[in-house]
Amino acid sequence: MRGPLSPISEEVKSESLFWGSRRRDAFTATHSLPMKLFLEDGSEFEGVAFGAYRPVVGEVVFTTAMSGYVESLTDPSFRGQILVLAFPLAGNYGVPAPRPAGSIDPPYESSQIQVQGLVVQHSIGCPSHHASARTLGDWLTSEGVPAATGIDTRSLIRRLREHGTMRGWLVPGNGSVERQKQYATGVEMQRELFHLVAPKESVQLGGDDGPRVLLVDVGAKDNLARSLLKRGARVIRAPWHADLGGLASGVDGVLIGNGPGDPQDLGELVVQVRLLFKRPDLPIFGVCLGHQIVGLAAGGETYKLPYGHRGANQPVQEIGTRRCFITSQNHGYAVNERTLPRDWEPWFVNLNDGTNEGIRARFKPIFSIQFHPEACPGPRDTAFLFDKFLRLCDSVHQGRL
Amino acid sequence: MTPRLSHETRRRILLLGSGALQIGQAGEFDYSGTQAIKALREEDVYTVLVNPNIATIQTSEGLADKVYFVAITPDNVDRILEREQCNGILLGFGGQTALNCGLALADRGTLERLGVQVLGTPISAIRDTEDRELFKRRLAEIGIKVPRSISCHAREQARKAVNEIGLPIMLRGAFALGGRGSAVVMESSEIEPALKRAFDGGIKQVLVEEYLGGWKEIEVEVVRDEQNNCITVCAMENFDPMGIHTGESIVVAPTQTLNDEEAQLLRTLAIDIIRHLGIVGECNIQYALDPTSNDYRVIEVNARLSRSSALASKATGYPLAYVAAKLALGFSLPEIPNGITKKTTAFFEPALDYIVCKFPRWDLGKFRGVSTRIGSEMKSVGEVMAIGRSFPEVLQKAVRMLDIGATGVDPDFFAEGDVREALRVPTSLRVFAIARALAGELSPQEVHALTGIDTWFLHGIHEIVRMRGELAALAPKGNGAAAISPDLLRRAKRLGFSDATIARLTGASDKEVREVRQKYGITPKLARIDTLAAEFPAETNYLYPTYLAAEDESPASPRKKILVLGSGAYRIGSSVEFDWCCVSGIRAISELGYETIMLNYNPETVSTDWDECDRLVFGEVSFESVLDLWESEGPEAVVVSLGGQVPNNLALRLARAGVRILGTSAESIDVAEDRQKFGGLLDRLGIDQPAWTHVTQRAGARNAVARLGGFPVLVRPSYVLSGAAMSVAHDLAELDRILECARAVNADHPVVVTKFETGAREIEIDAVADHGKITLWAICEHVEDAGVHSGDATLMLPPQTVPLPVIHRAKKIATQLAEALVMTGPFNLQLLVQHGRVRVIECNLRASRSLPFVSKVTGINFVREAMRRMLGVRKPIEGRVLDLDYVAVKAPQFSFPRLVGADPILGVEMASTGEVGCFGDDGDEALLQAFAATGFGLPKKGVLLSLGPVSEKYSFLEEARALSQEFGLALYATPGTAEALHAEGIECEALAKVTGEGRSGMDVIDEGLVDLVINVARTYDELGRPDGYLIRRRAVDVEVPLVTDLMLAKALVNALRNRADSPLAIRSWNEYLERQPRFLGLDRAREQAEGPPA
Repeated sequence: MRGPLSPISEEVKSESLFWGSRRRDAFTATHSLPMKLFLEDGSEFEGVAFGAYRPVVGEVVFTTAMSGYVESLTDPSFRGQILVLAFPLAGNYGVPAPRPAGSIDPPYESSQIQVQGLVVQHSIGCPSHHASARTLGDWLTSEGVPAATGIDTRSLIRRLREHGTMRGWLVPGNGSVERQKQYATGVEMQRELFHLVAPKESVQLGGDDGPRVLLVDVGAKDNLARSLLKRGARVIRAPWHADLGGLASGVDGVLIGNGPGDPQDLGELVVQVRLLFKRPDLPIFGVCLGHQIVGLAAGGETYKLPYGHRGANQPVQEIGTRRCFITSQNHGYAVNERTLPRDWEPWFVNLNDGTNEGIRARFKPIFSIQFHPEACPGPRDTAFLFDKFLRLCDSVHQGRL
Repeated sequence: MTPRLSHETRRRILLLGSGALQIGQAGEFDYSGTQAIKALREEDVYTVLVNPNIATIQTSEGLADKVYFVAITPDNVDRILEREQCNGILLGFGGQTALNCGLALADRGTLERLGVQVLGTPISAIRDTEDRELFKRRLAEIGIKVPRSISCHAREQARKAVNEIGLPIMLRGAFALGGRGSAVVMESSEIEPALKRAFDGGIKQVLVEEYLGGWKEIEVEVVRDEQNNCITVCAMENFDPMGIHTGESIVVAPTQTLNDEEAQLLRTLAIDIIRHLGIVGECNIQYALDPTSNDYRVIEVNARLSRSSALASKATGYPLAYVAAKLALGFSLPEIPNGITKKTTAFFEPALDYIVCKFPRWDLGKFRGVSTRIGSEMKSVGEVMAIGRSFPEVLQKAVRMLDIGATGVDPDFFAEGDVREALRVPTSLRVFAIARALAGELSPQEVHALTGIDTWFLHGIHEIVRMRGELAALAPKGNGAAAISPDLLRRAKRLGFSDATIARLTGASDKEVREVRQKYGITPKLARIDTLAAEFPAETNYLYPTYLAAEDESPASPRKKILVLGSGAYRIGSSVEFDWCCVSGIRAISELGYETIMLNYNPETVSTDWDECDRLVFGEVSFESVLDLWESEGPEAVVVSLGGQVPNNLALRLARAGVRILGTSAESIDVAEDRQKFGGLLDRLGIDQPAWTHVTQRAGARNAVARLGGFPVLVRPSYVLSGAAMSVAHDLAELDRILECARAVNADHPVVVTKFETGAREIEIDAVADHGKITLWAICEHVEDAGVHSGDATLMLPPQTVPLPVIHRAKKIATQLAEALVMTGPFNLQLLVQHGRVRVIECNLRASRSLPFVSKVTGINFVREAMRRMLGVRKPIEGRVLDLDYVAVKAPQFSFPRLVGADPILGVEMASTGEVGCFGDDGDEALLQAFAATGFGLPKKGVLLSLGPVSEKYSFLEEARALSQEFGLALYATPGTAEALHAEGIECEALAKVTGEGRSGMDVIDEGLVDLVINVARTYDELGRPDGYLIRRRAVDVEVPLVTDLMLAKALVNALRNRADSPLAIRSWNEYLERQPRFLGLDRAREQAEGPPA
């Protein structure tokens, strides 16, 4: 759950100031409330509010994906961060109706907006799509998430690129800046974060047969579960702090999903995963944060990238086959493949900057990838990796029968 | 220098061009071919190019190793493959023309016989995409949905198919470019005419398919290498829903109304399709997407570079044609470097952080009788692309770029007739009707109901309309620009309003708006296109101006720089030739050590390739935008003389605003453009000109004509290109009507009435001057008599029939004018010759349409020389322009088959859409080569003659006799002509005047008895339409070669007679040029060493 709202000044007490896209006119805002973004380096960007009207603080990150804002905003990997959209128009196709509690239906990737705040160049107040039930602004307002429009996001992204990822304060622009900053809500990123994004308890999904997969949830996107279910698997979705060793005894494979934050803050999970490695022939598949956890559990190191990979156009190449894929990515940390022990090998490499995109154990069915085969948003080129993983799980499953 | 491999071991690859520009196949293929040649050269491939389009950049010096200016026919290509010993051929870079030629070469076994490998997409995949039945079957194999359809080879079969699928249906022709022969049939009464037209067009296979009107139309550009790596480069969304050809549609990129699920669905399908079909290189896939669900259909796959891929390249910065050429050579995507980032590879998908809008440019007003309705057939002749960050911004920019007089999305522009009707029937002006509707009583939802256009786009237009209202509300306050608040001004600029529009709406002057803007620091900033949405550092030079960027990302360099203004949208009269001029100019400027800045907005051009100049600014070529750049970039000077009339028209205003114009002064340009000033100058210099007078009022017209010696007269406004609003009046009523139109076009400049000379010859001089002295010149002769627009005329270089005294007199006149106007740079002079008397028609102080032709024929790049003169190089040039050991002919290409109902006749308004330039040992050979290159087949069966006035009938007798007796062709003649022929004992069948009274001209065409129609109009009806329209139109509709000019017909018959025993030679451009003692490029290396002037 999001932290409690704190009063900042007299202006925001009134409900009427929580406005979204009730205004129909995004390009030519005339009577608008100012919203400002302050960065750690002292730079300042002024826009217009279009979500909740309250101050927040968080790491400022961006995505270059041109569509998929519903998926991105609900991606738990963005938890605690202020998201900047590179594509200048946001909200073109609106937002579908809320999904029922307990559902994992697309296009939502979790049950709430995960980002701390949103910054765009133009929010569109008049969306057009058959599936649209509300505007982006209405949705943000209804979930209490602040957002700014009218900011030159390209200039902002260039600054983030040059200075590395920075903390930022997204605050209403009509009060004292210092006061606003002081009251800005943020997420504690070392411990609280991982509890906020994980489910409270384990749930079972899927039918009565098929291989059983343990989905370790550190903020896993719903499409990881959907991708397994669609291929006939049964899924046990468990929080990362559950007794993974116990749960794993009854499953045919383990998928360690994506999530936010620095993997080195998840020492407890790394230890649990290292124990899972000892189980003979248990297929383990790591995705994104899960990949970094696998890397750490294997004995390797992770490090922070200067500005991360966040977009739907990241090229990766499979080492050996030289096959190339366009992938969806969202991460700020990477595995240093040179620190891996000898029984591990690099598997995929990023064609843009040569960073590691996947590793695998030489003698065990354990492999992991930095990118998102479940896409949402982004290209589905690497969805075949689920098939590969489930084939392994299936053989374990068949062996048990 | 790396040593070159010997010819034996180098790969020898032939590249097919697309031939003359025509509707549906325009400048985009110059861009794709040029990029392909650059890619081949990097791999040290010996490249042979076949393309008779002499105005292109791809056929310029320094690109292909050999260029053949001959018709792209299987026969010619067969001979060239053999004599050049080619071992590979590229079919994907020359549009449908190249693809069809390649298929024919494969069919007749040429490729196998000569051991020539098709590089890139294999023939089998081309067939899968071109044959509708095969296409359906292949996609069905992998469960991909296509529209339900039945392929038909005859009308009867098609009728049955219509019944089976049920109305409404869509008819489409296979193997046809730009959707020819396609039509939507909504009601049963429309079935028969549509089927008739579909099959009459010579199309063998017609497809009857389910009609998907109202569905969204989306295009995806997808690339695959031999290793099966695939990327999609750009997905584009049509503003107009299905039912309007994508070439006729406003298009935005990236897609705007698709959610991620839909976007990824189409992307995944695209990759599945390209893999299944085995395409290597690039292809374009068109989809229809149901706006109410996620249902889709794949409409078509183009297994070649296309107009859309050119657009996608410019929209994203991803060089599709270059990459496709490398892939054809066997490279994989990750092996090709990304030229724009220099750090990454070609295996990635561009991320855009801006939006682009393509708008088609029509020229329907140029044709008599053509419908302005747009639909499933392509009629547009060019396009513009605007870049920005909001839809209103890019739409308004695009509308201005069209250069049709609209200053933005103006509800009052062409506001005629019922607005609902104007919405329901798509026309070239519908966007203005939408604005009118939204400014009036209709809501976006109501407009959507009438047009099917997604409300997302309509809300954007609504935004513009409301801003207009806000601005107009300031007008009554009467204090001009002072009333505009900085906030309002900023918002208006961000919605794409020009200073001029803001001024007009608020009642201020343009200048005031600019001053207020500058006072508040509201200026456009240059943002960068880097293919990665700023994620990685990329030092590209590809920029666009926008008011939505907070900072200039790419500050101007300290180097001395020159700004070159491009030609804007291709249109009739301004096409790829001006792009050639701009590119040649940029190269020349670069050679002299200056930084080059190119400003242009046409996505079909080479000048907008970011590797051609130091800085590419993709934006409007307008007074406002040039002044902005002048201030922000600080160039030394601006070049207005290379891009045709668009930049030329800005010269005077820019100069008055303090911009330094390079070369001839703006005042001199004005003298030449302003008919009255120019007439006065000629009188002062004692140069002869046709009698002319200046008419402003209809009242004075009768006397004016009397002074000129009676009708016919030529009416034209000043400042026109390609005869816009130029007409011939045969009587007073007609003159009245023309004056009315001319005033509507431009009220500021006087209208000039000239005696229209008949029976006179026309010659043209293209020259380069330096401080009033001519340094280089060439003279061309028109085959047709004067009266045919110079852009539609057939030109011969060197002249074949012009007497030497006339040439001397012409040169003298050119010299006098150059001196009087103190010209520096290129100019073109058109002259009338009658009984040895030489008179000036007009003089343009800028690069002309024929400059690429004279440059390539003489082997001296006139633009390069002109540019060097403008930049102060003084070295004399020697050029031999009369003493050539060969003859070249430039012939027009018409697109009449595409323009339903248009009268295919030549007149003072230009109608051709493209040109070819061909060489020969003599004028006859060159003429026949040129005829062949414009798709003109030589007659083998019969000729239909309809020869106009009595004098013309008799002047053609000898040729008619030759056709009948020497070539054994059956002659059919209209009654008057038959009488004349019979009187001279020439056998022919006399035809009935009208159908029903015996066999008529229409009948012999329909029965396929003739394969040449010579139809010379004699009289004009009350609307000024020449007679014989039906015969001409029918000939065009069934693609029988048509000649409407007597001189041209005579030249053709004489060429056939003279060349009857000698087949046309196939020789490369290089072989002709080598016949000259001074060969192209010999002095180049020496000159390059000189560097910039002090």
